[in-house]
Amino acid sequence: MNIAALLNSIEMGMIFAVMALGVYITFRVLNFPDLTVDGSFVTGAAVTAVLLVNGVSPIMSSLVSLIAGFIAGLCTGILHTKGKINPLLSGILMMIALYSINLRIMGTTLDGDVSRPNIPLLNTDTLITQFDAFVANVGLGTYGLLICLALITLFFKIFTDYFLKTEIGLALRATGDNQQMIRSFSANTDGMIILGVAISNAFVAFSGSLLAQYHEFADVNMGTGMIVVGLASIIIGETLFGKKTIFRTTLAVVFGAILYRIIISLALSSGILDASDQKLITAVLVILALVVPHMTERYKVQKRNKLRQKEWMEEKLAKKGEKTIA
Amino acid sequence: MLEINNVYKVFNEGTPDEKIALNHINLKLEKGEFLTIIGSNGAGKSTLMNLISGVLQPEIGTVMINGRDVTKMPEHKRARFIGRVFQDPMSGTAPSLTIEENLALAFSRNKKRGFRLGITRKRRELFKEALAFLNLGLENRLQAKVGLLSGGERQALSLLMATFTNPDILLLDEHTAALDPARAELVTELTGEIVAKTGLTTIMVTHNMQQAIDLGNRLIMMDHGEIILDINKEDKKKLTVDQLLNEFHRIRGKQMVSDRELLSSIAAAK
Ligand SMILES: Nc1ncnc2c1ncn2[C@@H]1O[C@H](COP(=O)(O)OP(=O)(O)OP(=O)(O)O)[C@@H](O)[C@H]1O
Ligand SMILES: [Mg+2]
Repeated sequence: MNIAALLNSIEMGMIFAVMALGVYITFRVLNFPDLTVDGSFVTGAAVTAVLLVNGVSPIMSSLVSLIAGFIAGLCTGILHTKGKINPLLSGILMMIALYSINLRIMGTTLDGDVSRPNIPLLNTDTLITQFDAFVANVGLGTYGLLICLALITLFFKIFTDYFLKTEIGLALRATGDNQQMIRSFSANTDGMIILGVAISNAFVAFSGSLLAQYHEFADVNMGTGMIVVGLASIIIGETLFGKKTIFRTTLAVVFGAILYRIIISLALSSGILDASDQKLITAVLVILALVVPHMTERYKVQKRNKLRQKEWMEEKLAKKGEKTIA
Repeated sequence: MLEINNVYKVFNEGTPDEKIALNHINLKLEKGEFLTIIGSNGAGKSTLMNLISGVLQPEIGTVMINGRDVTKMPEHKRARFIGRVFQDPMSGTAPSLTIEENLALAFSRNKKRGFRLGITRKRRELFKEALAFLNLGLENRLQAKVGLLSGGERQALSLLMATFTNPDILLLDEHTAALDPARAELVTELTGEIVAKTGLTTIMVTHNMQQAIDLGNRLIMMDHGEIILDINKEDKKKLTVDQLLNEFHRIRGKQMVSDRELLSSIAAAK
């Protein structure tokens, strides 16, 4: 893999990191396995693409994706809390519903038809082309775009860190931890879940919006398997970089997302694997990251116990020796 | 202060498991009263607590707090003025949050939660001061995750958190039952001290008769969803465990007699 390819995967990793932070909020903080992600990721891309094609400014087009994702999350949260539908099912239902909605959103750019599976953004001004222009202006060169994307990701990371330390953020974390307790301290747990899932999906949609602009292409299938990518990022990050504090964990999630992209491109560029194997690699990565810490822990305990047993035997023998001497 | 009027609660109505948990209960509590509740398993003590806190809704009857009908008010809204400590030490705190974060949650119980930081320097001082009162050294472990604390420490912290914002009513449901005797003793003592210091209107459920006698200034005994004994301040001072047991047996005995009568009447009908 050459430098350009590496740079490319780090840039994409930065974009996916925003999505992974969103998944972190639901999966880890709220303890809510939200599968809306595969749909809301595309919703963000679709909304931005439609606005860009209609000549809306790139910044505005990107920001609107946050709102679109937020609304998608609201729906999932309400389905679960008010509709009493199981979390997984609420997410799946929203994901399916969004597939059609995304086609409709992109369809608004057509005159003759109502649904459209993709929108190319080749000759459109996007956030990315604006960054490129800006970078060229100040003479930052090859790494300019990476720096811009890193700043965006950093913003989302810091926002997450801060939010989870606010009064509402604390109540949100407690909702994922112990609902009985936080209700007894006057927090509306339903409201907290709805809010958390909404913010999470706002992140995810923004990430989708960025990716569409980066690839200059929005596609109705670009979100497929996104949830597993998010999970893989979280698990790889937590395993390698630790999760002692929130600050540390969100940093780990960002690094996990970048590392994930690098691993995937390495596997692909080495020629061992084909692009169609990507989902398999992801699944294997997640499985490894889940199983390995478990195994090493067991191995450590076994080793420690063996040592203890040995020490105990030696002690006993020594005592016996003393006795016989006496 | 607290008024429970003709409250009736039944579980699994219309099934073979039907159970009348509270049978037209009336109870009135004045401000500053400290009531202890005893009674056999399944007497309806926890159900009564859950009706006051809003976890459950009664089939008939009303719950009034400070002259306000709260019967239909959802649990989390009532929690603004009701403090609770549960039997299970795991229930009253959020384990993956730190001690100070837990206290911050308790601190904002009666305020509108916003996007301000939950922990500020000023609040941290307040938390430290409050924790020092427990005498467990927790004030030096503000950043420790609560999940790492022992059951006794967690329960003491729960008690502190429940009383932190001086709620109108404090509900304690066998909050020392899951602790070993030494820890239970400690939490019982803390309970007495905190209630004495703050003058909170308190209801405490316990299976420990001595504890029920030692703490508080009023005692009721429940059985089969009814209040069968109500001992006021003056009588409670002279009360002994033996007297209580006798009372318990007298009522239980009567129950058995009536059961026997019922059986014999059925036999006679045959
Ligand atoms: N959620 C429920 N569903 C069905 N039955 C219930 C429920 N909660 C309580 N009960 C029943 O109502 C009765 C009263 O229960 P409650 O928990 O109030 O008793 P308690 O006095 O607290 O007993 P203990 O001393 O064992 O805690 C019991 O027979 C119990 O089985
Ligand atoms: Mg009980």
